[in-house]
Amino acid sequence: MIAAVDAGPTLETPRFLVTIQEADFDIAKLQNWLLAGAAAEGATATFTGYVRAEKGTDPIQAMHLEHYPGMTEHCIGTIVEQALRRWPVNAVRVVHRVGHLQLGEQIVWVGVSAAHRAAAFSACEFIMDYLKAEAPLWKKVIRKSGEHWVEAKNSDSERANRWQDDAS
Amino acid sequence: MLHVVFFARVKEQLDCASLELAWDDTLTTVDAVQQLLCARDGGRWGEVLGESNIIRAVNQTVVAGDAGVQDNDEVAFFPPVTGG
Repeated sequence: MIAAVDAGPTLETPRFLVTIQEADFDIAKLQNWLLAGAAAEGATATFTGYVRAEKGTDPIQAMHLEHYPGMTEHCIGTIVEQALRRWPVNAVRVVHRVGHLQLGEQIVWVGVSAAHRAAAFSACEFIMDYLKAEAPLWKKVIRKSGEHWVEAKNSDSERANRWQDDAS
Repeated sequence: MLHVVFFARVKEQLDCASLELAWDDTLTTVDAVQQLLCARDGGRWGEVLGESNIIRAVNQTVVAGDAGVQDNDEVAFFPPVTGG
């Protein structure tokens, strides 16, 4: 049986969608969105970020994520548009959660579909690197000893900056 | 009026999420807005907003301190971002 498929977008107009939400997300559904309506994808590359467990005597128990409503979506959208200009990709989907997250929960998902793996890998990493360096989101970690805001790391801005020198 | 918003650590330390400022021709740059706010509460706000790594945005775009501000703009102050 052949399932009916919507006409979908043409390859000349890449699709993208950015969502900021409190609810958890279903990776299988996001992957289907990436592939919907187009038959030319030869590759998808995806990244999932989780609330990471720690060792030690006072590990993270949970996390709270805050964002700047409106600016976050716009900022990530601008990053995605930069990726679309740089690599031949067909679709991009970004979901970032905010609010209270337990240990091990999914935080962020970036998915890219393209005809070939190189563009999919590069665009996915580029979007994730710039999202971490520029999107107005903030993490507060909750430990038994108390709560504190995560400090920004220089390594994150350095990872984003290297794309400026890298023409690949 | 200027609509001023704060986020994350800055919001908590100021105990303020947003406020309205009457706009006049002394508040034509982000620096001027920041200086005015730093004087609040006997200068205590300056301990938070005076930090060198504070990020400024006008109408939801990150800007430098000499960026222009007009009546009805939204001006934001927040710490370096840590999402992802």
